[in-house]
Amino acid sequence: MNRTLSIGRSRIILELRQFFRDRESAIFNFMLPMILLVIFGSVFANQDIGFEDITFAQYFLAGMIASGILYTSFQNLAIAIPMERDDSTLKRLAGLPMPKASYFIGKAGMVFVAYVAQVIILLIVGILFFGISLPSTADRWFTFIWVSILGLLSCTLLGIAFSVVPKQGKGASAIVAPIVLVLQFTSGVFFVFTNLPTWMQNFASFFPLKWLTQTMRYVFLPDGAEVIEASGEWQLGLSALVLTAWTVGGLALALLLFRWSPRGEK
Amino acid sequence: MQAIEVESLRKVYGDVVAVDDISFSVESGECLALLGPNGAGKTTTTEILEGFRKADSGSAKVLGVDPAHGGMDWKARLGIVLQADRDLGELTVHEAVHHFAGYFPNPRDPDDVIEAVGLTAKAKARNGKLSGGQRRRLDVALGVIGRPEVLFLDEPTTGFDPAARREFWSLIDQLKSEGTTILLTTHYLEEAEHLADRVAVIAAGRIVACDAPGRIGGRAEGQAIVSWNESGAEHSESSTEPTRLIAELSQRFGGEIPELQVRRPTLEDTYLHLLKAQEEL
Repeated sequence: MNRTLSIGRSRIILELRQFFRDRESAIFNFMLPMILLVIFGSVFANQDIGFEDITFAQYFLAGMIASGILYTSFQNLAIAIPMERDDSTLKRLAGLPMPKASYFIGKAGMVFVAYVAQVIILLIVGILFFGISLPSTADRWFTFIWVSILGLLSCTLLGIAFSVVPKQGKGASAIVAPIVLVLQFTSGVFFVFTNLPTWMQNFASFFPLKWLTQTMRYVFLPDGAEVIEASGEWQLGLSALVLTAWTVGGLALALLLFRWSPRGEK
Repeated sequence: MQAIEVESLRKVYGDVVAVDDISFSVESGECLALLGPNGAGKTTTTEILEGFRKADSGSAKVLGVDPAHGGMDWKARLGIVLQADRDLGELTVHEAVHHFAGYFPNPRDPDDVIEAVGLTAKAKARNGKLSGGQRRRLDVALGVIGRPEVLFLDEPTTGFDPAARREFWSLIDQLKSEGTTILLTTHYLEEAEHLADRVAVIAAGRIVACDAPGRIGGRAEGQAIVSWNESGAEHSESSTEPTRLIAELSQRFGGEIPELQVRRPTLEDTYLHLLKAQEEL
């Protein structure tokens, strides 16, 4: 167990080095929310979201932090693991005296550190350029922590499970990115959720991103802002329930589907 | 003691028989080279022994353990040099070798290993920026970092220039002198001749010959070709008694024989002959 953890720790460092040094991954999984926050926050600076004087940037920040969970975990892993399966990384590891769990500890640790760093930068950018205010109550910070953890857990497991879908590492981003994009458009990240058609809102309700985004709005918007939600409430309990269900489902799928060797090899 | 024992191994992919009844053994401290054309079953055999694939039938033992059920302690005693050249690209040589040392209970000193494979000057370079030969040397470094008792070398010098190949050989010679058992697959017959104590020629999933490189396929007993220059023209003669022929020639020339050459069939001649004989079966 000790060995599993100590190798896991050295894998976290290795994974982080690779994550940040790979230009595609650093931009696509890490920098994108900052870039989008600057663009959308500036373009829609004067858009009214329908509650007091809250700016679109404040509304959008919640969506970007929620998207960051999806980027650093699901999108990152669902693209990186097929590439590792293709370039013999996984084969090399299978031939080493490495506990299999250490590999997943390395992935989860990388996701966690990348997300925390991303949130810190997003908040700094938001405060400096868009006058965003930090959560005001302990309750909101507590919610921020549990929704982040549940979101990272479920989306990490789903990313590991989804890594079996792309046939080749090369085409993985072309499969994964559109899924993330569709979820963002339908979950109220780029537009105010209630402006979307009802069927789209219903569609998004099946997936984690809508709940992550909505809960992040609770964290970053002031009291009373729930009136601009579709249900008129923050639905924190329901959100926790949906994310827990996806975590359990993601774990089952990851255990069932994950494979070390490329397709056609056993 | 036998480090590797293979008995009637068989592996079929769909309706392609990759390995068809292969048996051989490698003694502790010995280097065995597997030679054979592409698709002959060398890599499949090696991958079964490394634990990456399961045989359909037959038995295999590496260090007394069935590779299909080799645990962590068993893997710690192996070194595997893969035919991989794209992974670890964002790390430096130094980072990769130091990281891999951490998987093993009693690793070699990472900086010594980097020195031994001749990458000290490149230690801070990203692996993705290494030349083909340098990259293979990194793979060798990662294969030997754990002080393996059995080392698998799968076509280790593909793409090396002759000087780099010589350097690589002296590195492997050093490992051999330390008692490492080596299973080598290669396309270079010169390499097998230099490194291997025995070579096994594989064709169509079977071993067609297995012996010391100097004796395989009747090389030692075969006819020697003696050639010389006589009044401006090249002459040659095959003989089972080359020494007597040379003595006769020497008498005729009254001492030195112009442009004298004595040639045994090379390993390549013998190898191609063995493959041809196999095809004609």
